[in-house]
Amino acid sequence: MEQKPFSRGLLSSEADSQRTLYPYVTGTSVVALKYKDGILMAADMGGSYGSTLRYKTVERMKSIGKHSLLGASGELSDFQEILRYLDELILYDNMWDDGNSLGPKEVHSYLTRVMYNRRNKFNPLWNSLVLGGVKNGQKYLGMVSMIGVNFEDDHVATGFGNHLARPILREEWHENLSFEDGVKLLEKCMRVLLYRDRSAVNKLQIAKITDEGVTVSQPYSLKTFWGFSAFSNPTAGAEGSW
Amino acid sequence: MFRNQYDTDVTTWSPAGRLFQVEYAMEAVKQGSAAIGLRSKTHVVLACVNKASSELSSHQKKIFKVDDHIGVAIAGLTADGRVLSRYMRNECINYSFTYESPLPVGRLVVQLADKAQVCTQRSWKRPYGVGLLVVGLDELGAHLYYNCPSGNYFEYQAFAIGSRSQAAKTYLERRFENFTDSSREDLIKDALISVRETLQGEKLKSSICTVAVVGIGEAFHILDQETVQQLIDAFEIVGEDEPPVPEVGDAEADQAEAAAPAAEEGAAPMDI
Repeated sequence: MEQKPFSRGLLSSEADSQRTLYPYVTGTSVVALKYKDGILMAADMGGSYGSTLRYKTVERMKSIGKHSLLGASGELSDFQEILRYLDELILYDNMWDDGNSLGPKEVHSYLTRVMYNRRNKFNPLWNSLVLGGVKNGQKYLGMVSMIGVNFEDDHVATGFGNHLARPILREEWHENLSFEDGVKLLEKCMRVLLYRDRSAVNKLQIAKITDEGVTVSQPYSLKTFWGFSAFSNPTAGAEGSW
Repeated sequence: MFRNQYDTDVTTWSPAGRLFQVEYAMEAVKQGSAAIGLRSKTHVVLACVNKASSELSSHQKKIFKVDDHIGVAIAGLTADGRVLSRYMRNECINYSFTYESPLPVGRLVVQLADKAQVCTQRSWKRPYGVGLLVVGLDELGAHLYYNCPSGNYFEYQAFAIGSRSQAAKTYLERRFENFTDSSREDLIKDALISVRETLQGEKLKSSICTVAVVGIGEAFHILDQETVQQLIDAFEIVGEDEPPVPEVGDAEADQAEAAAPAAEEGAAPMDI
């Protein structure tokens, strides 16, 4: 009779079928920045199944409690799991029914603990999370990766956004951006991502969070320009190619 | 008082609807040496009478720092108090680790109260024999709570527990309306005067009393003996004068609670 090989080793546990090995349905970059009144966050509404742009109306940003906004890239089912954890957290916070409430810093810390502990069990939640919020006038913007790396900054981005959007933000972000300027800056970043990120979809939402609360915009598309002269006769320099 | 029949264990009600074991536990609090707390909008002060059992021994520790923003003074079985302080410290540090934020004192107090309640409903346990004056800060400002062995907790503007605390309460009842806007120094002065009231004639020295302060921008800390002695000297030189009580029309709901302890002596304590 065939015995199960003992060579599983120390890295696997009996519940191996439960471990996250690779993501299936993923969201691409999230970009966020601090502006005068709070935080602005942008994410497209695409859910890719590998290289197929399978789902085109996925909300990748959700409000958490009264003070926070969470955006996620990576495995969408893990994002939904995280939303359930946070739902429970906020529920218990509200059940205390006292004047205290969890602010963005606390939620960010909590998420860091969750992500790091899952990573230690070799069963990560395959997400890069952006947590922004305002509480009592204090703006907060932070990021947590799937291995539990976390930090705060004036502008953050996940995935491709780190490579394409952040250089723009480093150059053009400044303290006390107006709402219009903030949106323009985010749209500039999202446009670059749309042109250059294969998993980007031209349908995005921008969310804003201020002391008054969270507003997530209706989905809309960015205008793109393809009328470059090089595109009109692409084989000009190399006859016979395509 | 004829109440010996139903007091054998904590899970037995008396016909009058009382749990005698819990009430006996509250007696233990009354036997402990006095602890006093007062708060303003921004600061809270704790003061305790610290009598050593003999000249040769050291004083019992009655004030514990729980976190940078929370402290507790105990009266009653100090051993029980120590165990509960450790629980409180643990809760605070776990919360800080997970949320990188200080645990709101109001929530800690509820957790403490629930822990005490468990001991009033298990036949194999006994109630904690210690009363806790919990002071701390949260989003809404400075707070002073009293946690009872019964599992009840109350918020106060000022309160005193332990032996001869009634004398302190009388003094506090006269002055509490001004505490909200008191300065830190005045608050400490009032605390020391209250301690002196409980000493009933004995001279107030820093060797027999401990004072601790917490406030907005000021972490919880116990004042050292020298500082306390200086403060005592400062106001004793001025004399026993009490500055005239200005008419401040404060209508805070929790001020009514400062008067509540006076009612405690007669009726069953849990009726409050």
